[in-house]
Amino acid sequence: MTTTDAGTALIELRSLFKVYGRGDARVHALDGVDLTIAQGEFVAIMGASGSGKSTCMNIMGCLDVPTAGHYRFRGVEVGSLARDQLALLRRHYIGFVFQSFNLLPRTSAVENVELPLVYRGMRSRERREQAMAALDRVGLADRSGHTPAELSGGQQQRVAIARALVSDPSIVLADEPTGNLDSARTREIMALLDELNRERGITIAMITHEPELVRDLPRAVVFRDGRIVADGAPREVLA
Amino acid sequence: MIVWNTLVLAFQAIWRNKVRSFLTMLGVVIGVASVIAMVQLGQSATHSVTGQIANMGPNLLMVMPGVERHGPGAARGEAQPFTAVDARAIAEEVSDVRVAPAVNTRAVVVQGSGNYTTTITGSTNEFLPVRSWTLAQGRLFESRELESGAAVCILGQVVVDELFGGIGGQEPIGTKIRVERTPCEVIGVLASKGQTLGANQDDTILMPLAAVQRRLVGNDDVNVIYVSAAEAAQTDEVKREIDGLMRKRRGIAPGSDADFYVRDMQELAQALQGTTATLTALLGAIAAVSLLVGGIGIMNIMLVAVTERTREIGIRLAIGARAREVLLQFLVEAVVLCVFGGLLGIAFGVGGTVLLARRLDMPLVLSPEIILVSFVVSALIGVVFGFVPARKAARLNPIDALRHE
Repeated sequence: MTTTDAGTALIELRSLFKVYGRGDARVHALDGVDLTIAQGEFVAIMGASGSGKSTCMNIMGCLDVPTAGHYRFRGVEVGSLARDQLALLRRHYIGFVFQSFNLLPRTSAVENVELPLVYRGMRSRERREQAMAALDRVGLADRSGHTPAELSGGQQQRVAIARALVSDPSIVLADEPTGNLDSARTREIMALLDELNRERGITIAMITHEPELVRDLPRAVVFRDGRIVADGAPREVLA
Repeated sequence: MIVWNTLVLAFQAIWRNKVRSFLTMLGVVIGVASVIAMVQLGQSATHSVTGQIANMGPNLLMVMPGVERHGPGAARGEAQPFTAVDARAIAEEVSDVRVAPAVNTRAVVVQGSGNYTTTITGSTNEFLPVRSWTLAQGRLFESRELESGAAVCILGQVVVDELFGGIGGQEPIGTKIRVERTPCEVIGVLASKGQTLGANQDDTILMPLAAVQRRLVGNDDVNVIYVSAAEAAQTDEVKREIDGLMRKRRGIAPGSDADFYVRDMQELAQALQGTTATLTALLGAIAAVSLLVGGIGIMNIMLVAVTERTREIGIRLAIGARAREVLLQFLVEAVVLCVFGGLLGIAFGVGGTVLLARRLDMPLVLSPEIILVSFVVSALIGVVFGFVPARKAARLNPIDALRHE
């Protein structure tokens, strides 16, 4: 897999289409999307539900493939890759943070964080060290032995962020990461993501419904009916 | 590395659902245990049958009158019985054999205030070597006793115990007991042989042939002529010679149906072994079906587990697990369950075999092959019945799996 320098395009979507169903039941979830995200950016993705933003995020995250168009991730054409190759891309370059946290139940925080490293075939001691470092990074080193049920929502989401960043990904894709959290927890999570972006240079694409979270970000993309209708500084986009 | 991790994952998943894992395993445990117990008990039975037949006498042939056929539609009846003369003819004309004509009947024997019903065999001294008996005490019949049909008898151990109260009881030899109405002097005691094919061999009294014929049965018939060949290899030859001789004596043309049998102990052994082998196979098959049911139980639970853990699978896929890694995870889980079940089943099966063999008084035959085979089969069941659920898990679409509630 080729690597790209910082500042060059990490994600390039060119006239991307995603069609579900057949015949009269055809739905254009994505209807000609063009989007470029450079290495190191923090991009907010907005839009009503059904606007295509989640579909777009799934394709960017190599969980899904487009029906037509081009998706180049780190310069590699993703549309033609097989399932297992997509899995390897996710394994090495992509971290996910979900609205519903998606931690493994009955599994300790540190074991959850270790999970991506397990699939990288890392030795258990090394794995444990890196997972603990990542937990420390999100301020939960002292909760490493707790299972998700024993953690608050904010803590669970921080564990999920630790899991996303433990494998040192090129990009973290966050799908409404604060959707289930109160405003204080939301601020914590946003600060954490902002820190990761600024200090570690991790590219972040974040879906959100809350305009106030977006205000201080450099860039927001707005979806409507499978198309991008606005792309720019949040002040202008949201005006 | 990945294999080790997968094993660890499997153990974690099994441990997290201890009760369900155990219940799932139970099917395989019972299946393996019953296969092992059934097959091994079958083998023990075969073994003991073989041993007991050897116990009845070496290279033994039995010549018995058969069913006489009178042509189509005619009544069937007992064929003409043998007599002591026939036995003498065999002894004279067939070389290297020992011959003991015998007549069997049941009779009440009385000693003091006790009485007991047992089998009376009338025969000659040859009866002992031919049927592998030895004397524990006393003496054999004298030839004049045999000729005159004297009222003397040699007792089996069971009869001694019943009439004389076993050890510490009255000395049997020299005592006069009553067999039906005949007072009869005890001259010897047979060494114990124990159970054979469900009957206690020692429950018997041996008397001179003529004594039983004249005093108890009231005719000159001989029920069976026991013939013992000098060597096992000769039994076929001896059998043929007896057959020829008896046909000649009874006027039956070679090739037509004979009205008597020459039974070979080896034949009987083979027949019985065949029966027990069939029984073993049958029991084994029933047990195998229960093992199959156990396997289906595993598949069922694993399918439920896959549905229940759809979200987990989605997370793993999102994080970068390949389909084959998810497949392996669930497959290994099923195999580990089955292997555990198999090991437990082997423990229970062997334990059960030991207990049953002890209870049923059978020799304990533990065959490592069947243990190994059931272990391998249980692992295979894990692979076979784990595959469908594992494949279902591996084929899940990560997006749908993540959304699964």
